[in-house]
Amino acid sequence: MSEIIYDKNNNAHEVTDFNDDVEGARQGMWLFLFTELMLFGGIFITYAVYFFDFTDDFVQASKNMNLWLGGLNTVILLISAGCLAMSVVFMKANKVLESKRFLLATIALAIAFIVVKYFEWSAEFHHGIWPDSPTLRGMSDGANMYFGLYFTLTGLHGLHIILGIVAMFWVLGKVNNGEINAKKFIVLENFALYWDYVHLVWVFVVPLFYMIGLSTGGAH
Amino acid sequence: MGHHVDETASFYKATHTVFGHHESKFLQWIFTVDHKRIGILYGIVMMIFFVVALGTAGLMRYELMAPGADFFTPAGFNQAFSLHGIIMIFLFIVPGIPAIFGNIIMPLMIGAKDVSFPRLNLLTWWLFLAGASIALYSALSGTGFADTGWTFYAPYSIKTDTNVVLILFAAFLLGMASIFTGLNFVVTIHRLRAPGMGFFKMPLFVWGIYSTAWIQVLATPVVGITLLLAIFERVFGIGIFDPTKGGDPILLQHLFWIYSHPAVYLMILPAFGVISEIVTTFSRREVFGYHAIALSSASIAGIGYLVWGHHLFSSGMSETAKIIFSFLTFFVAIPTGIKFYDWIATMYKGSIVMEAPMLLTVLTIITFAIGGITGVTLAAIGFDNQVHDTYYVVAHFHYVMLGGVVFMLFAGMFYWFPKVTGKMYNKLSANISIWAVFIGINFLWMPMFFAGYLGMPRRYFDYLPEFQIYHQIAGIGAVLVIGSLLMMLWNFIRSAKNGEECGENPWNGTTLEWHLPSPPPLGNFAKTPYVDFRPYEFEKGEPKVKDVYQDTKKETK
Repeated sequence: MSEIIYDKNNNAHEVTDFNDDVEGARQGMWLFLFTELMLFGGIFITYAVYFFDFTDDFVQASKNMNLWLGGLNTVILLISAGCLAMSVVFMKANKVLESKRFLLATIALAIAFIVVKYFEWSAEFHHGIWPDSPTLRGMSDGANMYFGLYFTLTGLHGLHIILGIVAMFWVLGKVNNGEINAKKFIVLENFALYWDYVHLVWVFVVPLFYMIGLSTGGAH
Repeated sequence: MGHHVDETASFYKATHTVFGHHESKFLQWIFTVDHKRIGILYGIVMMIFFVVALGTAGLMRYELMAPGADFFTPAGFNQAFSLHGIIMIFLFIVPGIPAIFGNIIMPLMIGAKDVSFPRLNLLTWWLFLAGASIALYSALSGTGFADTGWTFYAPYSIKTDTNVVLILFAAFLLGMASIFTGLNFVVTIHRLRAPGMGFFKMPLFVWGIYSTAWIQVLATPVVGITLLLAIFERVFGIGIFDPTKGGDPILLQHLFWIYSHPAVYLMILPAFGVISEIVTTFSRREVFGYHAIALSSASIAGIGYLVWGHHLFSSGMSETAKIIFSFLTFFVAIPTGIKFYDWIATMYKGSIVMEAPMLLTVLTIITFAIGGITGVTLAAIGFDNQVHDTYYVVAHFHYVMLGGVVFMLFAGMFYWFPKVTGKMYNKLSANISIWAVFIGINFLWMPMFFAGYLGMPRRYFDYLPEFQIYHQIAGIGAVLVIGSLLMMLWNFIRSAKNGEECGENPWNGTTLEWHLPSPPPLGNFAKTPYVDFRPYEFEKGEPKVKDVYQDTKKETK
């Protein structure tokens, strides 16, 4: 039931109803992603400052990273983003069961990401590397900054993944009770935007933390 | 929302809640999703904290009446000015006008039935309340309130043993509330304008809120991450701001001001919006230079991002960077100056009606000009090095914040009080308190320009005897300011109960909210108006458009 009003020339104009405004919801999500961009941007700019100050230390510290685990997580997130996109596509085509399967696959992959991350952090703790640890304090200033930023950034990113998993169960509930359907799927679509963003952050984390150590010559 | 609610009843009588139907009036308020009620909820919490921060300021002025320790311990004084600053900035001035009038009035002005995301709107108030409660708790527990000042500069903020983590977290939550409010307003202004209302038919207050909302969305996350990094620094010792581990404490200043300088425009732009509304209404003339005022808000918001470095002229920064930041800071004065001349040109040859909102606005134009022009002097690098961290800066800041934002918040309260409550405030009391606060602010802060220029440092609980005369004059001003602001609040509280009925449009305003009953009904516009007129059309001193709301026939399909 939407309200229609008429101007002096008797032309009809539809009044946008805030209760059912898909375009508004989409804009809201994009604005939210802008804020997320500025949030992570704060850490990336801090990274830029310290990478400029301690280039060689960063490259050296990066050699401690397990490139295979980082790579594995990249692949996991990439596939998960693809799965969620498929979930949206199937929902639009009114294939609810397929949509739900891809959503569940995304959840499984997100959990896998966290498990890999757990093993990575455990390995670093095992080597005595955690913020303010005696081992880390014995290393160079640059290594200190590198690991400080590494734990901050991957920690905050991991938190986004965990919140994403919680949100996906909530989305799944809405699919199950029919609130998300072939006609109204903006919540699912918006969540897919969020998930793409979380994935995109990781795409920048990998070269900045895992791949800079690949250069054998060091920086000059 | 299956329960039937009468959309045409006053919003005090009926409301939509986020879940269920509540018999209790209290629950109906704290779970409301009506933008008007949420604005009032914000207003109540803010005013309580405002009085606390005002009282703290009074105690500091009492301490400073004579040299030496009188009332506070030195450490206690540090906590007092931190409490004053943090409450005033994060709980009052930053959320202030957007959360109160942006919520209550902006949707009315654009002919909307609510904001785009009413439940998110309620969530922001709860986040705000949570942040405020944590701030309060941090003052009363353990080692007491932070003593870092409201800027949390490292390395002191990571070394002091007061409750810094709690207050950082509180500020983070308040930042989230601010972000979501901004997000909500941008989408609302994009999507819910009444048919026919293009961007350049919006009232100028809506332009102010729109520019502000973009700053809230794009700048607040930067302070969010800065506060988080400072928390991680204290809790985990990550070292990013700790020079003993290779970190750079100045980086915190940069990150902090990347947000906090745009934030001062975030504070002032809605106030400018209120000025545009009041000047136009009480001059009974179409605003002069509508496009210039609207776009100057947007350009202040834009340039405001690029000037943060002027807070760090004496912190250690390259000479090139200093000169660029200084130049860009001067540049902000241009769009601000454009606004001032436009307001004065609007008043020129208008038939000015000196009701309380207009009186306070005209006086604010004076106090803000003093604050603004001394701000331009501070943008000059050489002069800034002389007066950095002195009372000169504090005086400048209070002329723009108290004499700009807070004055306009109260002017907005006088202006929209009849619309929101349906009652008129006590006009005699209003005029007395307005003159008193104007005289008070000049007694309070004008001497501090001189004391600061002569070398009186800020944030000191003690001073050399030759500065006593300045502090004593300021003390008289403080009594006047505090007394008159409390008198205004008392006026609102009394008049909400006992004021005279004011009717739909006591000021002959032209914007859409004045076409609604006072107080407005729950659903705002029974029939959404078609806006084929400009926001400020007067004819012989009377609003030209009279009948947008009269026709209440609702047509639906």
